[in-house]
Amino acid sequence: MMFEVKVYVSLKEAVLDPQGSAVKGSLHHLGFEGVEDVRIGKVMSLRIESNKEEIEDKVKSMCDKLLANPVIEDYRFEIEEVVSQ
Amino acid sequence: MKFAVIVFPGSNCDLDMYHAVKDELGTEVEYVWHHDTSLEGYDGILLPGGFSYGDYLRTGAIARFSPIMDEVIKAAKEGKPVLGVCNGFQILLEAGLLPGAMRRNQNLKFICRPVELIVENNNTLFTNGYEQKEEITIPVAHGEGNYYCDDETLEKLKKNNQIVFSYKDEVNGSVLDIAGIMNEQGNVLGMMPHPERAVDSLLGSDDGLRLFKSILSHWRERNAITS
Repeated sequence: MMFEVKVYVSLKEAVLDPQGSAVKGSLHHLGFEGVEDVRIGKVMSLRIESNKEEIEDKVKSMCDKLLANPVIEDYRFEIEEVVSQ
Repeated sequence: MKFAVIVFPGSNCDLDMYHAVKDELGTEVEYVWHHDTSLEGYDGILLPGGFSYGDYLRTGAIARFSPIMDEVIKAAKEGKPVLGVCNGFQILLEAGLLPGAMRRNQNLKFICRPVELIVENNNTLFTNGYEQKEEITIPVAHGEGNYYCDDETLEKLKKNNQIVFSYKDEVNGSVLDIAGIMNEQGNVLGMMPHPERAVDSLLGSDDGLRLFKSILSHWRERNAITS
């Protein structure tokens, strides 16, 4: 089976995000009120051939090993089966 | 003593590192390609600065899985001196040989200038040639040198005297202005400043040369005892 996987990686809440702070400042400068916090993250799109039972463990292992750094980053992912036409 | 300079795709301080050890320190040194699978015969391992794999994903994240890294980890476990400078430091963090992680510099700028460092621990194989709390000048050149670790790790670093260098003045937002740390065993050092770029007073400073001299004198002492 083919799966479309989206992995979202962001800095942990406790870790100051210098990019997010700069963007927040810029939004304030542009007059957007009420912006309390901005966090910058990454989205990765993967296409993975796998069976249904293993796909979640596989993606989790990829995130733990390479796609995210658990010291400073959190991740979450969405898995969708690609239905062939 | 024979050093290995590990070369990753995107390393760009490998020549400076080679020059520092070969010409200024006067010891043997060879380049080792990241695809190689042996570090046999080398007494010290140097991971140079640069932008391995273009800093893709995270700095050092992909280089950390280069074939040679298994050997670097093995050498570290055997107690051989391992020095990672700048991107080399980032790779050591990703590899888990040192605790913590790097964030973008607080001001989001690439900072490239000589900085004042304080030698926080001169009782190491890397810093025995310095005075405790000595102030030295070594250049930095990085966009992601903003060192982070959680409070628990920081306490451990302090307790075990693992903080080896700190910035005299705030540079990039690092916790406690940390510029360089070592592992608990004391044989793996990671630092953002470039000692290999400070080995000749003609180029602004030779304060970095003593770091390499420290490694060599430690190795000589140890070998004199065992042989």
